[in-house]
Amino acid sequence: MAVKTASGEPALPPGRAPVMARFWGWINKRLPAQEFIDTQLTGYYAPKNFNIWYFFGSLAGVVLVLQLVTGIFLTMFYKVGEATSFDSVEYIMREVDYGWLIRYLHSTGASAFFVVVYLHMFRAFLYGSYKKPRELLWLFGMAVYLALMAEAFMGYVLPWGNMSFWGAQVIVNLFGTIPGIGPGLVEWIRGDYGIADATLSRFFALHVAAIPLALLLLVALHLVALRQTGSNNPDGIEIKDKLGADGRPLDGIPFHPYYTVKDVVGIGLFLVVLALIVFFVPTLGGLFLESPNFEPANPLSTPEHIAPVWYFTPYYAILRAVPDQRMGALLMLLAVAAFLFVPWLDRSPVRSMRYKGWMSRVALALFAFSFVALGYLGLQPAEGLYVLLARIFAVIYFAFFVLMPVYTSLERTRPVPARVTYHAH
Amino acid sequence: MADHAGVADDEVDLSRRKFLTRATIATGAVGAAFAAVPFIESWSPSERARAQGVPTELDLSKVDEGQMTTVVWRRSPIYVVHRSADMVKRVAGHNDQLKDPDSRSSDQPDYCKNPLRSRTPEFMVMIGTCTHLGCLPKQRFAEGELYPNWPGGFFCPCHGSRFDLAGRVFDGSPASVNLRIPPYSYPKPTSLIIGVDEKGSA
Repeated sequence: MAVKTASGEPALPPGRAPVMARFWGWINKRLPAQEFIDTQLTGYYAPKNFNIWYFFGSLAGVVLVLQLVTGIFLTMFYKVGEATSFDSVEYIMREVDYGWLIRYLHSTGASAFFVVVYLHMFRAFLYGSYKKPRELLWLFGMAVYLALMAEAFMGYVLPWGNMSFWGAQVIVNLFGTIPGIGPGLVEWIRGDYGIADATLSRFFALHVAAIPLALLLLVALHLVALRQTGSNNPDGIEIKDKLGADGRPLDGIPFHPYYTVKDVVGIGLFLVVLALIVFFVPTLGGLFLESPNFEPANPLSTPEHIAPVWYFTPYYAILRAVPDQRMGALLMLLAVAAFLFVPWLDRSPVRSMRYKGWMSRVALALFAFSFVALGYLGLQPAEGLYVLLARIFAVIYFAFFVLMPVYTSLERTRPVPARVTYHAH
Repeated sequence: MADHAGVADDEVDLSRRKFLTRATIATGAVGAAFAAVPFIESWSPSERARAQGVPTELDLSKVDEGQMTTVVWRRSPIYVVHRSADMVKRVAGHNDQLKDPDSRSSDQPDYCKNPLRSRTPEFMVMIGTCTHLGCLPKQRFAEGELYPNWPGGFFCPCHGSRFDLAGRVFDGSPASVNLRIPPYSYPKPTSLIIGVDEKGSA
């Protein structure tokens, strides 16, 4: 048994620090590891009133790691090429040990990414997290979302099923609606006169190397911007405005250990849901993986009904709601781009929905409902009542953005408290 | 050393430095633009893809009257319809229901810019990908097959675009223009070649 001193610390030979401490000292002379922990984790103060909506940022990080790890392993067995892609995915599913698990984790992870990101974005709308001074933080987040859409689209092409092929056909043809350069641009993107081996191979390169690198860089910028401004919170007030005697925010608590521990609980719950889907309903009834994709790509046979995976269907519904292809593509693009302008469209003096007026609340509720409804309609055939409903919800969708400067400046807001609302448990 | 424009030797000539910095950036940007060309060009169809895009021939005696066959040219399905006299008649009479009856904003060679959109009345040649988003319209040749006054034509299963027997798009379709027509010619009366016409090989 080691000899202990009066203070309980192990006794040391005079003049010698413990081995680990000396090692840590050696590291820190060469790398600011302790400084990073002190300023970014234990010394980074986050508002103490975070609620359930604040799980989704860290969950997005977890899914990113899940996708990178499963993706790297899939690359070891997948063979890109018109003649080999489909068969190699079937090989992974049937013959590689646990290949089915790695593949279903990756395909379910893609949908999970969008679930988490959509909830994360809704949180920002709820509490005004995009408002000054967090505009850049929001824009980096939107860039992550756009990169994610490109990544998901190209990933869906890789198994080279019939929906892969026709999905690529429809999306790449959208570029053909650009006046003048359209047809040439489409040929350049495809690298052939139709969706072909060349298209598949370049999508593979972008999916496994180019876009993941861009994603990592954008996520890093998103986090650096977050550290610069600090997190917003459900009350939408700046905790940096009320500092204690020690110079720390009175309403802040260290990110580590408080929020790392909280996030671990969220991650645990998330992994339970993920496992349930992966093990029991990996295709989620055609929502996560569509049945036409279990037959090989066939350029001479269009599936009876083409719909993208659920996370693109709100935009797809808008595209189809317009009887003119060029206008449809333009409105679809605007539907995505509208998010970029939100920090400047919201003129409200307060950030959080808690203190905004009824107009903002109704607008956000209508918008969220329209987004989900459009998502449903994008999965349905484009006929009759479905098209009419898609038009109505598309109008509400755009009205939310276009009228935002009006209703956020017209409405009466409630007084904002000086300190965050917090009830100790 | 002589001084430059009144600047002493131990002073920094800021305007000179600014000019040199800008000139360096500009030269670098031009260089970067040129360096990007090979990478951008690499995405164009390769020699092999272009070689495989050669013209496609079809023996027309194999297509019976009232029938249609599909050949592949440049990875696109090409619909070749052998229209009967009755089908030719059914191309006329519904111009008021069409978005572009005279094919003004549609894509076709000049020799097909006529009411029947073809070189000869019997054979209709067109690219069988919907001008909306590229699905394959299905044949619905019979009169009244889709609805009572349907004159016969094509129906796209993806987004519901409808075309007549000359590939002209009906009102109410998401597609805005008529089905495209590739360059084609008849080297012999019974043989069709897609991708070649008087202007040469496409």
